[in-house]
Amino acid sequence: MLLFLFRRLMQGLVVMFVISLISFSIQDNLGDPLREMVGQSVSEAERQQLRDELGLNDPFLTQYGRFITKAVQGDLGTSYFFKEPALDVILGKMPATLELVFAATLIIIIISVPAGVYCAIRPNSMLTRAILGISILGISVPVFLTAIFSIYLFSIELGWLPSYGRGDQLVPLFARWETGFLTSDGLKHLVLPAVSLASIMLPLFIRLIRSEMVEALSTEYVKFAKAKGLTKTRVYFLHALKNTMLPVITVGGVQIGTMVAYTILTETVFQWPGMGFLFLEAVNRVDTPLIVAYLIVVGGVFVVVNTLVDLIYGLINPTVKLAGGNA
Amino acid sequence: MKKLVKSLAGIALATSLALSVNAASLKIAYDSDPVSLDPHEQLSGGTLQMSHMTFDPVVRWGKDHGFEARLAEKWERIDDNTMRFHLRKGVKFHSGNILTANDVKWTFERLVSSPDFKAVFPAGTEVKVVNDQTFDLVTKAPYPLILNSATYIFPMDSKFYSGEDDKGRDKGLLKKHGDSFASRNQSGTGPYIITERQQGVKVQFERFADYWDKKSPGNVDEITLTPIKENATRVAALLSGGVDFIFPVPPNDHDRIERNSDTDLVTLTGTRVITLQLNQERVEAFKDKRVRQAIVHAINNEAIVKKIMKGFATAAGQQGPKGYAGFSEDLTPRYDLKKAKQLMKAAGFEKGFTISMMAPNNRYINDAKIAQAVAGMLRKINVTVDLKTMPKAQYWPSFDERAADIMMIGWHADTEDSANFTEYLTACADADSGWGQYNSGNYCNTAIDGLVKAAGKETDPAKRTEMLQQVERELYEDAAYVPLHWQNLAWGARKGVQAEDVVNVMNFPYLGDLVVSEK
Repeated sequence: MLLFLFRRLMQGLVVMFVISLISFSIQDNLGDPLREMVGQSVSEAERQQLRDELGLNDPFLTQYGRFITKAVQGDLGTSYFFKEPALDVILGKMPATLELVFAATLIIIIISVPAGVYCAIRPNSMLTRAILGISILGISVPVFLTAIFSIYLFSIELGWLPSYGRGDQLVPLFARWETGFLTSDGLKHLVLPAVSLASIMLPLFIRLIRSEMVEALSTEYVKFAKAKGLTKTRVYFLHALKNTMLPVITVGGVQIGTMVAYTILTETVFQWPGMGFLFLEAVNRVDTPLIVAYLIVVGGVFVVVNTLVDLIYGLINPTVKLAGGNA
Repeated sequence: MKKLVKSLAGIALATSLALSVNAASLKIAYDSDPVSLDPHEQLSGGTLQMSHMTFDPVVRWGKDHGFEARLAEKWERIDDNTMRFHLRKGVKFHSGNILTANDVKWTFERLVSSPDFKAVFPAGTEVKVVNDQTFDLVTKAPYPLILNSATYIFPMDSKFYSGEDDKGRDKGLLKKHGDSFASRNQSGTGPYIITERQQGVKVQFERFADYWDKKSPGNVDEITLTPIKENATRVAALLSGGVDFIFPVPPNDHDRIERNSDTDLVTLTGTRVITLQLNQERVEAFKDKRVRQAIVHAINNEAIVKKIMKGFATAAGQQGPKGYAGFSEDLTPRYDLKKAKQLMKAAGFEKGFTISMMAPNNRYINDAKIAQAVAGMLRKINVTVDLKTMPKAQYWPSFDERAADIMMIGWHADTEDSANFTEYLTACADADSGWGQYNSGNYCNTAIDGLVKAAGKETDPAKRTEMLQQVERELYEDAAYVPLHWQNLAWGARKGVQAEDVVNVMNFPYLGDLVVSEK
């Protein structure tokens, strides 16, 4: 177990190192950061002087070496726009993103499990057809369209929900974590972004659970359990559903990581002050230190989530050996 | 008589409003928030918007392209090179310090040390303190635009910005990157104090209790500024009542805001001109005046304004807009396809040629669509355009390299004056003086440059106007560049927010004077 974690840590470091190398080498193609920092009348000579001061005229290896030396000490550079360490800026925005992802995950779980199970048990009912039909729509409609449409409907026409931001009634938890889960205003602000974000993954999970469940229902032990006279709920939820969970968790873990990437779109449309929005802004402003730091942090998040999924997998299914050398 | 009735009605209206008006709070959504609290760090719209809220200029632009007294209550020209300003008495900074001419001198010296702002004044300009309430702006040579430039002097509290901060650095330090005292702390004389700031998320302002302008009708004592980048989200925030005042409003959403019974659309004809530059160094054909004229005649910029900009722009035939010194009524757009074809034939390019073109896709309103339309129009005179559009972050480095035969550039004159357009866009490129810095067409006509230089020293407005009009005319006849249009400005406001009275074409609303009546 420890060996497994240690290996994962090493793998994670390698992943982050590679990401840093790639993101560092593309940064020259992102544009000129100076343009976003100076007014129109600043001369070329003055811009060159600023570039020199920032060290942007140094050769690639010098710049990268400087970056890596600092990075191993936990300093991923200073954002041009925020004038603060890039890592601090990102960690400051992370709670907002994590809350959004958490809320979306909650919505996915609450809806997809019953819907998936229902579709498997009653494959021919009207409701099943409706659910599967809508889920196709959900897969094919891009998230920003869902988002803009829901803003139009629920904020402008009906006036039920706020259209942007996290509101101003956030409750400080600890350090820089302010939560929107504890006030009704905070929750209202969460609804539209979370639903929009969930809408991308929801259809996938409904379909996944349905197909796994259909398969489980045709297995011998479920037939036997039915024959034994167990109640239907017991058969469906205890025997069948439990065994569908393994693939769902595997896919789920990966998808939650992907969801962090989808937050870029959702957060931008809803002006949600999280990491994804920050990243898009950083790209627009050519804030290269922030871009590089974001990519490294998100790489780290992927590694952590995958490690957790593997651990949980091991707990649920004891036949899986984590540190298995020859597996 | 009519005037008297009007002004009486105005007074009556004003009193009735005064009765119903109480202190109000305002939520604003712009497309960006100020990058720094330091008024000299970056010359940008965001910085100037902030400066007009938390600082106050010596003089500011009025509605009719004239000047309004702010911290200077009056000014007079002493001689050709000197303008004397008399400061108001008893003006307090947010820190409680009293404004004196020494603060102005301190601020001015800081301003001209800033790479962004130093071009606002001619090199060698000085502030001379006469006494606590009086100072002179002295230029090396006669300078006609001294008041235009003085709108950029927002006196800072020199005592507040003196000494060392907790990291042992000078509090007055002006630094572009890196966290200086002035980029995080402020003390100005303006109507608002910043109480909270989360960069990129929101800025919270509160009205300054000791603000000097007691006559200001403004009744907004709390402002929250949220930057909302996404156009659709910003408009939705206004329509759903989440915010009270937004800028900009994209042309496609004008109708929605106008039709909505709770919101108003406020528009002004703008001063930012959008142009195309034809690179004569890259394309031999562009050296021929007839080819340049053919291109100008082939582009139907009135149609672009109508179809792509939805009427939300003014088709241009020259650089400076109406109201600027060099503007002539008769330099109008000149779309004429037949003439364009004739010109091409005369120049020996009847069969046309192929050229490359670049334009940004997120810098100006509908920039990429405009570029596509232009490419389509040029095809009619057999000029095939290989068009590439890209985000501004990548566009500007390409622009600096002069990477395409035709490049798009929009320009707003920081001095609000005609000469500025030529200096940057159409003058012969000269790295030392900075002239022609944005002249990717490499157009060069020393006679025109000489005229602009002479106008820069001409203090007789009538003579100056004549010179600048001649500059525009010669550029027009020479087809030095392709004028497209001037972008308009649009704000969206909740009903009751009397935005019309405080907005201006420079796009720094004087929010200190904003009146908001009951919801």
